[in-house]
Amino acid sequence: MGRRTWRKLVNWIAGVLCAVMVILAVIPLFHVLIYVIGRGLPGLSWTFFTNLPAPTGVPGGGMGNAVLGSLILVAIATLVSVPLGIGAGIFLSEWGRGRFGDLVRWVADVLSGAPSIVVGLFIYSLVVVPMKGFSALSGGLALAVLMMPTVARSTEQMLRMVPREWREGSLALGANWAQTVWRVVMPAARKGILTGVMLGVARVMGETAPLIVTAFGSGFWPSSIFKPIAAVPLQVFVYAISPYPDWQQQAWTGALTLVLLVLMINIVARVVLRDRPGAGR
Amino acid sequence: MDALPDAGEVKIDVERLNLFYGSQQALFDVSIAVNRQAITALIGPSGCGKSTFLRTLNRMNDLIPGVRITGSVRIDGTDIYRSRVDVVDLRKRVGMVFQRPNPFPMSVYDNVAYGPRIHGTRNKKKLDEIVERSLRRAALWEETKDRLHQPALGLSGGQQQRLCIARLLAVEPEVVLMDEPTSALDPISTLRIEELITELKRSYTIVIVTHNMQQAARVSDYTAFFLNGELVEVNRTDELFTRPQDKRTEDYITGRFG
Repeated sequence: MGRRTWRKLVNWIAGVLCAVMVILAVIPLFHVLIYVIGRGLPGLSWTFFTNLPAPTGVPGGGMGNAVLGSLILVAIATLVSVPLGIGAGIFLSEWGRGRFGDLVRWVADVLSGAPSIVVGLFIYSLVVVPMKGFSALSGGLALAVLMMPTVARSTEQMLRMVPREWREGSLALGANWAQTVWRVVMPAARKGILTGVMLGVARVMGETAPLIVTAFGSGFWPSSIFKPIAAVPLQVFVYAISPYPDWQQQAWTGALTLVLLVLMINIVARVVLRDRPGAGR
Repeated sequence: MDALPDAGEVKIDVERLNLFYGSQQALFDVSIAVNRQAITALIGPSGCGKSTFLRTLNRMNDLIPGVRITGSVRIDGTDIYRSRVDVVDLRKRVGMVFQRPNPFPMSVYDNVAYGPRIHGTRNKKKLDEIVERSLRRAALWEETKDRLHQPALGLSGGQQQRLCIARLLAVEPEVVLMDEPTSALDPISTLRIEELITELKRSYTIVIVTHNMQQAARVSDYTAFFLNGELVEVNRTDELFTRPQDKRTEDYITGRFG
């Protein structure tokens, strides 16, 4: 066998190996997706999104309150974590070269690895106990703590990818750091920052454990952020461990709803924040 | 014009400037007087310190951690390294064009209006005026007047560099520093930029770093030759190229090294 044939053969084997690995990695992902769609779709109907949960055996029960509750919880989490997380990300990328920056980075990394139930208990003792009750607010705050490190670290990374030439160009025109970051660096990185926020949203949308000790769940429509609130993952959890087939069906449909919610938020955010004319690359 | 500038014509007066990156010295006792409304070219081989020197004139080196400077740089008699100098104000007066065109990822209009906006101009009509005037002065108006609100990154390289010059002129600087402004451009774009530089001389003090000796000879009034962080020789451009005083200058311009 000539050298040339040998090289071609090795190249071919390497290519096939890569393809096999990719397929192996993707199979579970698609399997989960297809399975959830397959099991969830039969229970999907308009009333699922408009009705309150019903006792087992009673037809027409839905998760309307839980869907709305999840959206409210994630909205609170986003409102709290995005300004703080982006602020921290800006600090880390623009000024965080010293020891303090390393400390903040380390804390963010530890926090993003913290078990979510621990974060839930942290908020339980810090918010639920003093306020004497489970609430949407505490649930949102727990999710915010979970989102923040993701937003901060991805913001930092996206800002660092903005070319130095743009920063220098702005500074050389007599702009200060704040103007440079706000008007040149941030707009250039907005897509990447949005992706970071979306990753955070996707992560907390499915969180169940911290909500058990904060938002608690509810069988009614949300009325106040100071009262317990329903959430899709909580409802899925309750239904999934129940012995009733109609509830189990609802759990599958709830799981599918979660996937759809994340997908929809993603699409909406991308449309809202798409490149304005004249801004894009 | 005399061989060397006299006091009244000096815009920038540098005395015994030394610059260190940490413990590494990059500039050695550089002293030079730069004339107002003239073009001064800085030439020399790669790594000789000419870009570093240029960046000391608007304190862009401040951005690099560990840079230390001794000596003085006076612009209109004021030492820009004394503590009370406002760097933001200094950079407004001493603008810079970079080696690679670096328009911001926004529209042509927003690029030019960027400087005036950060310095407080909000009035739309006034901004329109500034944008048109700056683009005209940078010889870019005719090509861009119908696409002011299109992305600047869609322009050609040469147009982008002229846009960067327009963006700079919009803040009405007194001194324009150019760091190899044509090294990333094709010959035709280069020619246009050179014409533009010559044109700008009437209103601005220009210091230009160039790798290209023909360019220095074509556009500049004065030329300074740097080697290993030292200023070897500075003279009127025709003098320096025809009758170099220093053996090293002669070796360089006749192509014996570099």
